[in-house]
Amino acid sequence: MKRAGFDTLSLPVLLLLPQLVIIAVFFYWPTIVALQSSFYLQDPFGFGSTFVGLQNYADLFSSREYRKIAWFTVTFSILVTFFSLAIALVLAVKADKVLRGAKTYRTLLMWVYAVAPPVAGFIAVIMFNQSWGPLTEFFGLFGHTYMVGVNFNDTAFAMILASVWKQVPVNFIFFLSGLQSIPRSVREAAMIDNRSATSRFWDVTFPLLAPTGFFLLIINITYSLFDTFGIVDTVVKGEPGNNPMTLVYKVYVDGFRGNDLGGSSAQSVILMVLVLALTIFQFRLIERRIHYT
Amino acid sequence: MRKVKLSAVIDHGVLILGSLFMMLPLLMLLQMTTIPDTEIIRTGPSLTVGDQFDDNFNKAMFEASGFSGENTGLSMLKNSFILGIGFAVGKIVIGMMAAYAIVYFRLRFATFAFWLIFTTLLLPLEVRILPSYEVVQWLGMLNTYQGLIIPLIASATATFFFRQFFRSVPEELVEAARIDGAGPVKFFIDILVPLSRTMIAAMFIIMFVYGWNQYLWPTMITTDEDMYTLVRGIKQIVQVLEGAVVPEFGRSNVLALIAVIPPVLVVVFFQSWFVKGLTESDK
Amino acid sequence: MAQVTFDTIGKTYPNGFEALKPTSFGIEPGEFAVLVGPSGCGKSTLLRMVAGLEEITSGELSIAGRVVNDVDPADRDIAMVFQNYALYPHMTVRRNIGYGLKNRGTSKQEIAAKVDEAASLLNLRDYLDRKPSQLSGGQRQRVAMGRAIVRDPALFLFDEPLSNLDAKLRNQMRIEIKALQRRLGVTSIYVTHDQVEAMTMADRIIVMNEGRIEQIGTPSEVYHSPATEFVASFMGAPPMNLMPAELDGGQVRLFGATIGETTHTGDVRAGVRPEDFLPDPEGTLMMNVEIIEELGAHRLLHGTLGDTSVTVQVNNENGAGVGPIKLSIKPGAACLFDRKSGQRL
Repeated sequence: MKRAGFDTLSLPVLLLLPQLVIIAVFFYWPTIVALQSSFYLQDPFGFGSTFVGLQNYADLFSSREYRKIAWFTVTFSILVTFFSLAIALVLAVKADKVLRGAKTYRTLLMWVYAVAPPVAGFIAVIMFNQSWGPLTEFFGLFGHTYMVGVNFNDTAFAMILASVWKQVPVNFIFFLSGLQSIPRSVREAAMIDNRSATSRFWDVTFPLLAPTGFFLLIINITYSLFDTFGIVDTVVKGEPGNNPMTLVYKVYVDGFRGNDLGGSSAQSVILMVLVLALTIFQFRLIERRIHYT
Repeated sequence: MRKVKLSAVIDHGVLILGSLFMMLPLLMLLQMTTIPDTEIIRTGPSLTVGDQFDDNFNKAMFEASGFSGENTGLSMLKNSFILGIGFAVGKIVIGMMAAYAIVYFRLRFATFAFWLIFTTLLLPLEVRILPSYEVVQWLGMLNTYQGLIIPLIASATATFFFRQFFRSVPEELVEAARIDGAGPVKFFIDILVPLSRTMIAAMFIIMFVYGWNQYLWPTMITTDEDMYTLVRGIKQIVQVLEGAVVPEFGRSNVLALIAVIPPVLVVVFFQSWFVKGLTESDK
Repeated sequence: MAQVTFDTIGKTYPNGFEALKPTSFGIEPGEFAVLVGPSGCGKSTLLRMVAGLEEITSGELSIAGRVVNDVDPADRDIAMVFQNYALYPHMTVRRNIGYGLKNRGTSKQEIAAKVDEAASLLNLRDYLDRKPSQLSGGQRQRVAMGRAIVRDPALFLFDEPLSNLDAKLRNQMRIEIKALQRRLGVTSIYVTHDQVEAMTMADRIIVMNEGRIEQIGTPSEVYHSPATEFVASFMGAPPMNLMPAELDGGQVRLFGATIGETTHTGDVRAGVRPEDFLPDPEGTLMMNVEIIEELGAHRLLHGTLGDTSVTVQVNNENGAGVGPIKLSIKPGAACLFDRKSGQRL
């Protein structure tokens, strides 16, 4: 609130109304429905539903398949997060350093931000085409017959590669902006104190980038969990079968294709708790970050 | 002769490698749109540039794929623009209005409204996708632009962003305006909106790209082919390619390229605004 | 020209903090009144209450005989110059100055004429089509003044308008503002924390501290006869020296020297301005000089008198050095304060 705010009552209410109505109808209502139906068992033919308490959750946790998918999601998230952060950091440090062509590099390295995830997945499908895909041929050189959609690990690798490719630009933009916001005087002081560029990086630059890094860590985990849906869906070509999939994809498959509303809702709620924990963690980090600067 | 530093060579080498990593997949896609599909089936992508682009482009843009014959590339392009622009404009307008109400008015329930709105930042659409679908169905908004756009607006990112920005506007500006006789509406239109121009542009770019690139939600909400967006159409492309005897790679790659080019151009041309908007939105 | 009357005006925030204790005083038509005090003393709150930007929680405020407690800022017939100028960054100088008139429904020709007139008065004619970001600090300050002048207000309000300028520009603008106010004859209230600004610009100074008015008076009154120890130490640089004095049957003694008489009982402190000490071979006060500050026109001697740190200002011809020096006090120059209340006796 501004100290000299306006006192009118009707105008702000009018201004807030559209936002409040939209979130009531399309946020609170669906969220409550999801919470509620996670405690019910839906009749597959649509003849009502019965209250089953925590049964849906119990079923999930005892399901081998669900545990397997959860485990894959964790592995997938860790790998995507690590590689997209690491590659982006290296590129950002170099892009911040070079004197010539810095702007060109910046453009070339960030445009993929605008590519939709399913298109990234589509490109992966083409590159791993069974008969002539360039990457299939590349793996063929090592005697490996690459089979996306058939071999679990091959499919997973294609997903991870596409997800990393798609995510590097965001991280690059944030790291570069983080690097550029390190005051010149701090860098100059470091140059006087320390002649080795490598140890300067680890002693001064890296710690100063850490807040950006923590923030990106959360962003990347959230990305791996949710925004990779389009990549997963295109790489498995809409045929889950025995293919690797993430938790969000499973919610979609069970609820939309399998009509298991209760089970799917319980999965949604589990994801909600997960995101909530991540976001709260992120907000606390942002608070810390303010103290840092 | 000028001495070339080894470290500079390494720096450029790494950056060139990184740029290639980013660029090559798209270049490959582009090359494949210029050669006949029969050649693709035999050899896959190569380094030669063929003459089939016009043909593929025409097929992709003006010939229908799918069953109803209504989702030409052109109609999907139109739908993508409607989704991208509609989403961005809707989000910015609604967000600015709400943020203005929260920051500039003495409201007893402002804190409550604030929390009500900002809780939406905690949960993405994906975790309530099925009930959201049911709500839209119940409201009879399946296969409509409203059904496509409005539920996506139900998250407060833009509101949060503008709230942060409005709070950084000096207090004295509203005080000076009040002494100058500007009421709340005048202050908003004469001063706050013009002041926010850069922020609006930055938000627009980010939101346009975000809306354009939506996949899961359009996949669920649009079943009529004339409502497909380009990104939604990718799903169909993949499925059609899978089943075909002579898959039309040329045509599908053109569609994929068209799905990518508008948001990429926006991001590249308005780079500085976009980067500013992106990196400042988390503060 | 308008008279401003504060009738038991007070401000208590909803959280219970009393920013301004109820207080009554008046500002005469055409007067240049300066509110001065340390930060947090309530001076800005008082000004903002006059502007209508802060609610008045008790008492009555009248401008030109009209009670304005519930009048909108735009209708109080006032103009305000802000510390950070608060220029609209996206508008040209011309539109910045004319915005208030436009909102009042003034005709275009009249706005143009008034803006031109104000611009010539402030030497801004060449800058009318620039944006604030293309102006220097001093020019922005003038635009803010221009915005105030075109409104032909009954009352000017200044909220630390010079504190964002560098020292040299500040001195220059101080004179310009004062001259402008003289020429226009508009009643003005000026808030500052800088006692030099207060001394040089004010017709009357209102010294505030902790939500209270400590003294209202001309610069000379405030300087030479401070009402409280606070005023004594706040006004003047270096500040007045405050030293413990002894009472001996109606006689006031300072380190043995008699400096006055009083009927008061209780602990007493004496205040002497640095320039009111005189180097005097016959003097009975023995100061030990530790540091000498050379200021060109005069010198400042820092040291101790008894156990108390004091500062003494001496003439340039005086060849004082580090070490003991004998001083006397200008007759009648010492002020006496009650130790407990800080009030002047």
